[in-house]
Amino acid sequence: MQETNLDIAIKHGLKKEEFDKIIKIIGRKPNLVELGIFSAMWNEHCSYKSSRVWLKTLPTKNRYVIQGPGENAGVIDFGNGDAVIFKIESHNHPSFIEPYQGAATGVGGILRDVFTMGARPVANLNSIRFGSPKHPKTKYLLNGVVAGIGGYGNCIGVPTVGGETEFDDCYNGNILVNAMNVGIAKKNKIFYSVASGIGNPVVYVGSKTGRDGIHGATMASAEFNLDSDEKKPTVQVGDPFTEKLLLEACLELMKSKCIVSIQDMGAAGLTSSSIEMASKGNLGIKINLNKVPCREQNMSPYEIMLSESQERMLIILKKGKENFAKKIFDKWGLDFSIIGELNNSKKLEIEYNDEIVGSIPIHALGKNAPKYRRPWTPHKLPKKTELKKILKNINIKDVFLKILSHHNFSNKSWVWEQYDHMVMTDTIQGPGGDSAVVRYHGKNKGIAASIDCTPKYCFAHPYTGSMQAVCETWRNLISVGAQPIAITNCLNFGNPERKEIMGQLVESIKGIKDACKFLNYPVVSGNVSLYNETNGNSIYPTPTIGGIGLIKNLKSVMTFNFKELDNYIMVIGDTKGHLHQSALLYDIQKYKEGPPPAINLNNEKKNGLCIQQLIEKKYLMSVHDVSHGGIIISLAEMSMAGSIGCKIELNNINLDKIHYLFGEDQGRYILEFNNRNKFKIINTLKKNEIKFEIIGKTQKNDFEIQDVLKIPISKLIKINNNWFKKYTLN
Amino acid sequence: MKAAVIVFPGSNCDRDTKIALKKFNIKPIMVWHNDTFLPKVDLVVLPGGFSYGDYLRCGSMASKSKIMSEVIKHAKKNKLVLGICNGFQILVESGLLPGVLIRNNNLKFICKNIYVKVVNNKTPFTSKTKKNEVIKIPIAHNEGNYFIDEKNLKKLKTDNQIILQYCNQKGLVNKESNPNGSLINIAGITNSTFNVFGLMPHPERASDALLGGDDGKFIFNSLLNYARN
Repeated sequence: MQETNLDIAIKHGLKKEEFDKIIKIIGRKPNLVELGIFSAMWNEHCSYKSSRVWLKTLPTKNRYVIQGPGENAGVIDFGNGDAVIFKIESHNHPSFIEPYQGAATGVGGILRDVFTMGARPVANLNSIRFGSPKHPKTKYLLNGVVAGIGGYGNCIGVPTVGGETEFDDCYNGNILVNAMNVGIAKKNKIFYSVASGIGNPVVYVGSKTGRDGIHGATMASAEFNLDSDEKKPTVQVGDPFTEKLLLEACLELMKSKCIVSIQDMGAAGLTSSSIEMASKGNLGIKINLNKVPCREQNMSPYEIMLSESQERMLIILKKGKENFAKKIFDKWGLDFSIIGELNNSKKLEIEYNDEIVGSIPIHALGKNAPKYRRPWTPHKLPKKTELKKILKNINIKDVFLKILSHHNFSNKSWVWEQYDHMVMTDTIQGPGGDSAVVRYHGKNKGIAASIDCTPKYCFAHPYTGSMQAVCETWRNLISVGAQPIAITNCLNFGNPERKEIMGQLVESIKGIKDACKFLNYPVVSGNVSLYNETNGNSIYPTPTIGGIGLIKNLKSVMTFNFKELDNYIMVIGDTKGHLHQSALLYDIQKYKEGPPPAINLNNEKKNGLCIQQLIEKKYLMSVHDVSHGGIIISLAEMSMAGSIGCKIELNNINLDKIHYLFGEDQGRYILEFNNRNKFKIINTLKKNEIKFEIIGKTQKNDFEIQDVLKIPISKLIKINNNWFKKYTLN
Repeated sequence: MKAAVIVFPGSNCDRDTKIALKKFNIKPIMVWHNDTFLPKVDLVVLPGGFSYGDYLRCGSMASKSKIMSEVIKHAKKNKLVLGICNGFQILVESGLLPGVLIRNNNLKFICKNIYVKVVNNKTPFTSKTKKNEVIKIPIAHNEGNYFIDEKNLKKLKTDNQIILQYCNQKGLVNKESNPNGSLINIAGITNSTFNVFGLMPHPERASDALLGGDDGKFIFNSLLNYARN
């Protein structure tokens, strides 16, 4: 076997002290295969070496959590023996290099994480962020990523029901593609990755192993520089058709009692899947690489162990069930090969051409991987600045229309019409609402899902911004009539070896922790993506949060489109007129100073739980949270969705109109209700000490703010729908 | 009434179709693509999805699968065959229906609710509709742009084989209401004996008011009506 030295180790992304640690662990210099394995397992993507100590502080339990972080995905109890399984994962680096395949395999990977656990995937969501629309690569990346997400999800037949698409200069050199999947399973039929049973066979199923994606996880743990395009060969190629067959074959096998444990081959392929399973079971594993189905001839042990070819799974079967299992995979036309067995050696042993080509203590790779408490600097809350000068010449109608037609706030149907959001015929509410809602198949209950982050808030103050991301998913779930249960998170940051970036990560985790604790809304799964920077320019801290809620009765699903004429319109929550970091200042006026809106967790919870009550009692016609752009944009969205206008009067409001209409204070909602329920609603709100104000009524045709503007809805819709079509045409 | 739903590797609307058929009291039997025997049924449904990954050409490989020779025999006996989306693509590839389905003219996958107009309501698939009735129904495809040469288009017209045309909410068939570039807005056609029907829209997705509409019932109720008589 080829010998190694420090130079080769450094080329593999390892540090000198890490190379020394390897020598100490195995008592000699590693050979090339072993070094490759160490580098794959110890990179940031697989080992979480910079984030582990902080991730441990997150709350991971409430009475619904069946499985928290540490498995392929998180599992929550959905009542009556039902479970919901979900996770989010990033595929940022590959998508920047090859947008179609990068995004497609991101979807494929997260799907496997969920169905590995015995779930049928029922919903895809995603959060995608691009650089400035004017950047020369943005259009190509946008087209490629959207087509890739659609290409994979549409083919496998899992609906893509929600997500977010945003642009900001900070992603010019490093886009974000975060994919989330939600699946359903029976509580007593969940499969885990803990290996057990000495002598049990280790089985490889799925696609053949090729030379694609070798060291993909290492690439994902490095910064980009100008020669990133040369990394194209490290991007994996997806085959959703094979994944569909693999999904059906696995679910068919899972109906029997043959499986001890199962794990998908994701980042670092065969290496990480075999090590994780054996390590969790405190066992050893021996595999023979001559048995691995290969796509190309003469693949070396190094290549086979580190390939990231997609659509592959590793299964520990009960001994004696091999033939039964093989028949199922034969039927679906997939490879099935017994490549090894479990033993008691506590080692990963790799055999090739009758020789042992690698032997590594299992726990060195997993449990004992390096972890760092990296130095970090705190981020102070920026002071509010004087805005008089900037606000002096603002014309409300003018900036309102500018926001509606702005790329970040325009209608995104150009994106989601490329995703099949209806297949499986359980999509109650698809993209475009506050949260997506899918029916729990065959039942009268539903799963609500929302994915959110406001990176400009997080950049201004990581702690507050990250709390906000958690709260926004919570609010979006409340708005559709769901009870928020738990979240998954995808932490996208720059280089943690820089103190200020590490500070962003630490404070962001603190923000998530505090919000989740207060709302009893734990983190059950997630992913960390670091080194998101090019030539030293980091992205904004972007902790994407995916929230899941339970809808007990599908009859009480709530939507935000105005329903009837002459109904009351009410604002819930405290409007102070916070304009710093708002759509108005940041996106339209390009003024980027100051703090993000403050989070008051107490009000957040109180307001949310009260809205939940009002929805359950069927007092409300529509509910929408107030978010980007403030009250005026939320009202416009409700009007456009329902093609019903409104007339707003602000005479009794103690705040100037610009602050009131465009302020982005948190914890607020807009409600529509009719006269019959008016007093019941007001009584409930008063009893719960919740701040509210009635600001107007719905009306025909026109969007009207008294003494300020009056615009036909049809015109608003046109303005709101234009941006993507125009941008992608030329 | 009994229906065989053919399951190809890569089919992904097979379960949805099964659920919709059941809902309308048509008994579904799932049949695997590798089977060489078709159970005794009144109707064969080729469901939507990506049979064989849509590799080579949509529907092309599926049209050569073992069960398809049985489906062709079934059709030749004047029995009913319904192809939805990928099923429609398989029907044109197997020669049971004329024409071809090429890529949408915007070169993108399109998933949304659209409107179609019933052009011919005197078929087993449309008898429970009125002529010119406008129906709201979803589409979800990448290759739904129907094309046929002029001579055969004339034949389709004179033989009343054009069953559905894309239109707007008011029933107007024009360029603006054409989502994918289909020739004269064609959304669904039958063969000249009206027993084989292919359409790009998904009636099984429009079978539940909770999901935003149930106009798909027109096809299922028509089929039941046909079976009863």
